[in-house]
Amino acid sequence: MKVIVDLALCQDHGQCAIAAPEVFQINDEGHLEYDATPDEAMREYVEEAADVCPVQAILVEG
Amino acid sequence: MSTAERVVVVGASLAGLRAAEQLRAAGHQGPITVVGAEPHPPYNRPPLSKEVLAAPPGGAPADLLERVLFRRRASTADVEFRLGDPVAAAALGAGTLVTEAGHTMAYDGLVVATGLRPRRLAVPGPETGRHVLRTVDDCHGLRAALPPAGPADVVVVGAGFIGCEVAATLRTLGHRVTVVEPVGGPMARVIGDVLSAAVQRHLEASGIRFVLGAGVTAYVGDDRVGGVLLDTGETLAADVVVEAVGSVCSTEWLDGNGLDLSDGVLTDNQLRVADAGRVVAVGDLARFPNPLFDDVPRRVEHWSVPTDTAKRAARTLAALLDGEAPDPTPFAPVPSFWSDQLDLRLQSFGSPALADEVRVEEGDPGHLTGGVLATYHRAGHHVGTLAVNLSPARQRDLRNAFAGLVPIA
Repeated sequence: MKVIVDLALCQDHGQCAIAAPEVFQINDEGHLEYDATPDEAMREYVEEAADVCPVQAILVEG
Repeated sequence: MSTAERVVVVGASLAGLRAAEQLRAAGHQGPITVVGAEPHPPYNRPPLSKEVLAAPPGGAPADLLERVLFRRRASTADVEFRLGDPVAAAALGAGTLVTEAGHTMAYDGLVVATGLRPRRLAVPGPETGRHVLRTVDDCHGLRAALPPAGPADVVVVGAGFIGCEVAATLRTLGHRVTVVEPVGGPMARVIGDVLSAAVQRHLEASGIRFVLGAGVTAYVGDDRVGGVLLDTGETLAADVVVEAVGSVCSTEWLDGNGLDLSDGVLTDNQLRVADAGRVVAVGDLARFPNPLFDDVPRRVEHWSVPTDTAKRAARTLAALLDGEAPDPTPFAPVPSFWSDQLDLRLQSFGSPALADEVRVEEGDPGHLTGGVLATYHRAGHHVGTLAVNLSPARQRDLRNAFAGLVPIA
């Protein structure tokens, strides 16, 4: 599974970090950091994160 | 798991799309048809009052649509979308639907996802120059009405979230903006008077004018709107009017089936429509009890709700189609919304609108950009949280304060 975040769209809403905190984090500067190749076991949470992104910036491939 | 049973999803916006996706995730293998009134595939509406409204002038509706279309999941590749032909009537006893164009469909399971449409003001005057903002076509129409060469006089009627966002965006574009609101201050019904007044001052500092406690009596002008006559006797100059006065549930197609349609569609906690067989409702029009708060069924017009309700409703419907009882585990989603206005970001969790008391926990409402945290309480119980310009790194803890609540069984 590959995660791609369109950082031109991302507005640091932080909803992905609520849905899948093991994959998406907001750092102390308020910006997104994420694991681009999370374990397959995370799929349900990663898809949830993509669903709840207000600007639909998260793409899940594979 | 049956592969033959057909599900029809009526409504092709966020709730309808998520319902189709979640039916597949819940194991439903039979055919799914999504029927939509708009000619467009499902798209994301919140940017229409913000980024898309503010995008450089020009472009066709298709160009705007391109910016907000939802991606199509592989699991829904075989879902049929019938767009541009709304369902006109349903016979739930027979399991049939008929569209406005006269097409008849039969279903084994039905998802009600027709959502809301803008309420319109019933006041006299010309039609041209009056706008609403819900669809991508509405957004295109409003953009096309704004003169590219110079500032326009814009009157926004209604100071709810849509009204405030539209006012902020159009002010950023340089237009002269007045907001008229007959009841309370901006967003006051949801965020309370203290924060409402604070946001009002912040928006006013940018040049937006608020006229509170006034209603619209008529639109003035011959063949197009030139002004707005208020019940105070004042007339506001207006090249463009945006009506943002709330919504009406699109449930007329369900009339005649004995359902409780007094406010949306009444469902149980598992989103099953009362007295309707294998029918569930999702999104803005689903009126369901949320045990996080109490046992009172309510509709929730937050962006998080279509996704949350679709996930649960799909499981409920898949169980009903298999002849099984739906999962009785309480469905207790944490509602959340956000709103961007000028340099403010409001982020809410829970249901602030239920509160009888607001506590400012951090920051100074006189200085919203410095960050403010408010909690909302009903009879002493924490029911909502509003963060203004707080670090997104804190959202998780703010949200989890609700997720950890023990649902009232």
